[in-house]
Amino acid sequence: MIMPYNSIDKAADVYDVVVVGSGLGGLTTANRLANAGHKILLVEHHHRLGGLATWFKRKGHIFDISLHGFPHGMLKTCRKYWNRAIMDSIVQLKNIVFDNPQFTIKTTFDKEDFTSILTNHFKVPRSSVDDFFNTVAGMNFYDDRTMTTRELFEQFFPGRSDVHRLLMEPISYANGSNFDDPAITYGIVFSNFMNKGVFTFSGGTDKLIGMMVEELEKNGVTICTNSRVERIVIDQKQVRGVIVNGRLIETSCVVSNAGILNTIEDLAGRESFSAEFLEKIKPVKVNNSSCQVYMGIREGEKLDDIGDLLFTSTAPVYDVDEMLDIETRSRTFSLYYPKTRPGHDRYTVVASMNGRFDDWANLPEELYKDEKKKMIERSLVDLERYIPDIRQKCDWLEAATPRTFQRYTLHTKGSSFGTKFEGLEVSRSLFNDVKGLFHVGSVGIIMSGWLGAINYGVIVANDADAYLRS
Amino acid sequence: MTRDQIKDVIVEIIQDIDEDADVKSISPDLPLRDQLDLDSMDFLDIVMELRKRYQLQVPEADYPELASLTSCVNYLEPRLKDV
Repeated sequence: MIMPYNSIDKAADVYDVVVVGSGLGGLTTANRLANAGHKILLVEHHHRLGGLATWFKRKGHIFDISLHGFPHGMLKTCRKYWNRAIMDSIVQLKNIVFDNPQFTIKTTFDKEDFTSILTNHFKVPRSSVDDFFNTVAGMNFYDDRTMTTRELFEQFFPGRSDVHRLLMEPISYANGSNFDDPAITYGIVFSNFMNKGVFTFSGGTDKLIGMMVEELEKNGVTICTNSRVERIVIDQKQVRGVIVNGRLIETSCVVSNAGILNTIEDLAGRESFSAEFLEKIKPVKVNNSSCQVYMGIREGEKLDDIGDLLFTSTAPVYDVDEMLDIETRSRTFSLYYPKTRPGHDRYTVVASMNGRFDDWANLPEELYKDEKKKMIERSLVDLERYIPDIRQKCDWLEAATPRTFQRYTLHTKGSSFGTKFEGLEVSRSLFNDVKGLFHVGSVGIIMSGWLGAINYGVIVANDADAYLRS
Repeated sequence: MTRDQIKDVIVEIIQDIDEDADVKSISPDLPLRDQLDLDSMDFLDIVMELRKRYQLQVPEADYPELASLTSCVNYLEPRLKDV
C-alpha cells in the first residue's frame, strides 16, 4: 500500500485545525472535523500513519503490532465515523485460549460462553455470575471510583484467585490495568468485550490505515508525514499555531494526539498553564509499556489452528508484578493465519508481554541485546508447548521493548496504554485552561484500545467543533 | 421551526446515524435509548449534527433533555424558533 508522503513544505500557511499525531484517535478527530467542514492539517513525525495501530514488513512477513482483538462495538463505530467498507472488513475471532497452572479453557469470549464456563467449569453459582455481569454492565465512567477491581472481584467471587485471573488477565493485556485500578474502568472495558466477543480486521492493520487515509483524503484533510511538531505556539492562553520542522503553521485550534504528558510538558510547555491546572496533572500516571516478539513462519510452511489469541502463563497465580517483570512467564500469543490477510498466504505469531520502561531504559547496549535474545528464547520455549516444531518453521525472529515503543510513539516512558484513570479528566479539561488546545489519545484506561481511541476521537472532535463554532 | 419540523429533523438525524433504526415505530414520550439501539456516542452525533446545521450549542449538562422525541422537541423549540 502506498502511503501519501507530503512534505510540510507543501502545507498551507493557515488551517482551522492542526491535528498532531496520527494514532487512531488523531485520525478519527481529523476525519470528523473535516466532515464537519473544517480545514484540517494532520501532521505525523513518523513516515507512516497509525500510531500504535501499525505494522512492519520483514522478508515477506507483515507483522501487526496492536491488532490483537477488539470489541464488537468497532463495527458500529467504524460505520458511523469512517465508512461501511471499513466496517465490512471486521470479522470475529472465535478461538480464545487460556492456559495457565490454574485452568485451561477455550472460549468465544462473550457473555453466554463466559457464563457457561464460570458455572460449569469453575462451579460458581449462576446467581453470582448474573449479578456480576449486571453490575459491570451498569457501570458508567462518572460513577463512584473508590472501589477497586480487586474489591469488585472479591465481592462476587470471594477467594477465587482462578476466577479473578480469568476475568483480569485479558484486560491487563488489553489496556495495562490491574486489580488496583478503579472497578468502573474494568467494568466498562470488560462489558464491551462481553457484548459479543472479540473481533479483528481482515486484511490487517495496513489495509485499515490505507482505507482510513483514502477517506481522509476524500474529505480534504492535508496529511504531512515525517513532520514533527516541535512546539505548540500559545500566546495569552490562546493557541496560535504549531512549529513543524522549523516552520510556523497558523491555527487557533490544535488537537494533540501525542501523549497527554508530552502534550503538556513538551509541546505546549508548562508555562502555558495555570498553577491550578498544573496541580491537576500531578496525580497523572502513565501506564506501563510493552514487549513483543515477532515470529515469521517460512514461506510454504503451515501452522495448525491452535487458537487466535492465547493467554498463557506458567506463573502460579495472576500477579501484576510478575506480569511486568523483564523475565515474566506470562504472555499472549496472537496467531495470524492466512485468513488475516486473504491473498497473502503467510503465517506469523506475535508474543506480547507487559513491561516497565525503567527496566529497559538504561541497559548498556550489549546487555540490552542480550535481554532481547533471552526474551525471544523464553517466548519460543513457551510457544513450543503449542507448536512443538516452531523453531524449524520460523525464519524471522525479532523483539521490541519499551525502548522501541518510545522511539516510534515518543510517549513518556514508552507507555503503550496511555495513562491511568486520572489522565481522562486532564485530557478533557485542557481547553478550559488554554483556548483551542485539545488532546486525544489513550487516557483513563477506558479510552484506550482501538475502540476506545476511535470513540474518544469522536468525543474530542465534538469538543473542538463546539469551540470552532463558538 | 414548528414542533413537527423539529421532530422530522431529529428523526432524520437518527436515521442517518443508524440506517437500520425503525424510526416509524418510535413512541415520542418513551426514552429513545429504550426503543432503538442508541448509545451515548449516538447522542453525541445528534448534538454535533444540530450544531452543524443550526449553529446550536447543546452543553453537556443538557444532554439528558434529548432523551425522548418529545423532550427533544420541547428543548429545541425555543432554541430553533428563528430557524
